[in-house]
Amino acid sequence: MADAETLLEPLIPALRRYAFALVRSHDAADDLVQDTLERALSRWSLRRTDGDLRAWLFTILRNLHISAERQRQRRGPHLDVDAISLPAAAATQEAGLEMQDVLAALDQLPEEQKSLLLLVGVEDLSYDDAARVLGVPPGTVMSRLSRGRQRLRSILETGRATLLRRVK
Amino acid sequence: MTGNELPIGEDDLQAFVDDRLDGPRRAAVEAHLAAHPELADRIAAERRHRTLLRGQLDAKFTEPVPARLRISTLRAARRGRWISSTRSIAAALAIFVVGGVAGWFANSLTPSSSPPTPTVSVAQSATAAFRTFVVEVAHPVEVGVQQEAHLLQWLSKRLGRKLAAPDLQPFGYKLMGGRLLPGGSGAAAQLMYDDASGRRLTIYVRAADGTETAFRFQKDGEAATFAWIDQGFGFAVTAAATREELLPIAEAVYRGFDGATSTGPSGPRIP
Repeated sequence: MADAETLLEPLIPALRRYAFALVRSHDAADDLVQDTLERALSRWSLRRTDGDLRAWLFTILRNLHISAERQRQRRGPHLDVDAISLPAAAATQEAGLEMQDVLAALDQLPEEQKSLLLLVGVEDLSYDDAARVLGVPPGTVMSRLSRGRQRLRSILETGRATLLRRVK
Repeated sequence: MTGNELPIGEDDLQAFVDDRLDGPRRAAVEAHLAAHPELADRIAAERRHRTLLRGQLDAKFTEPVPARLRISTLRAARRGRWISSTRSIAAALAIFVVGGVAGWFANSLTPSSSPPTPTVSVAQSATAAFRTFVVEVAHPVEVGVQQEAHLLQWLSKRLGRKLAAPDLQPFGYKLMGGRLLPGGSGAAAQLMYDDASGRRLTIYVRAADGTETAFRFQKDGEAATFAWIDQGFGFAVTAAATREELLPIAEAVYRGFDGATSTGPSGPRIP
């Protein structure tokens, strides 16, 4: 059996990135990653050795996130003071404005579209693996991705429009 | 563009946004976008958003991993949890065993809730059977009074005791018929009577241990029951009646069965 440590550790930065984009809080993201790794360790012998290990971990992480969200919704809204975005590196003022908007706009998408944009666009998962993580038919990934990206664009464009109007 | 190329689809455009197209297909999409400026704007925006998103999350990716997420740390915590959970299981087991032993001894000190006496048990079964069948409109009895001889012969055979249907006409109750029921470890018989107003009364008989012969009265909701044990059988008379109404009927039934078995004249003690 391949050692879990040597296989899992290199994937932790990607898990943290995905988790942070989902929950937008550094501590909550690391909690989520920790839960993911603990679950992966407890089920290490059950994992499919032929599948992509990353896809398996992203699936665990996403499922944990979804069930935590459901619980939170049952308990009522929760405001997180830790929800801050990272400083944008080397950006022009206008690009910086939009950059700030991309993560915020992403938050306005339904979780499924948000995850798809992150897994494909950021984590470079194959379309088939992304479908597996989301539990949707592979044939529907492209249209879902397209819808998600168009929605993100319209959110960014209308958001920017209101921002400019306010500035004037 | 050559004629045998597939038309550009949404999947091509998305794969173009993700930089996942091979040379020829990529060129085809670029040519298509060049001819459709509005689409080209959309795709350019989607590519830009993708790049911006990656850039914004890049810092998170390159950030040092906190020590608490090290696999070795998590494994050590897992082992610790396993040990502490083993300890709590052992502790829970010890409490369980101590509690069980204490309970065992405590049981001999306090009056135990022993199983109901045979009379109570008969009364309860009779009440349950009364409740079940007295409301029955279509099939209140299994064998009707038209076949009384057959009914009593059949029930007698199954009970292992000669069963007569006591005459309750003096109380206004006429035999409707009867049925066989499961009762205790064997069979039970239920005879059903009704009066002119349709009020019903049942006599319940089944084999029962015990030599107790005292009448026992029990009222459970509207169902009043007199039960007694006689000669290895339990008897119960149940009706929606008061104790005073039911007692003379129970006595008559007792005498009826007493005569049927032709035992001595020792009647039950009336409480």
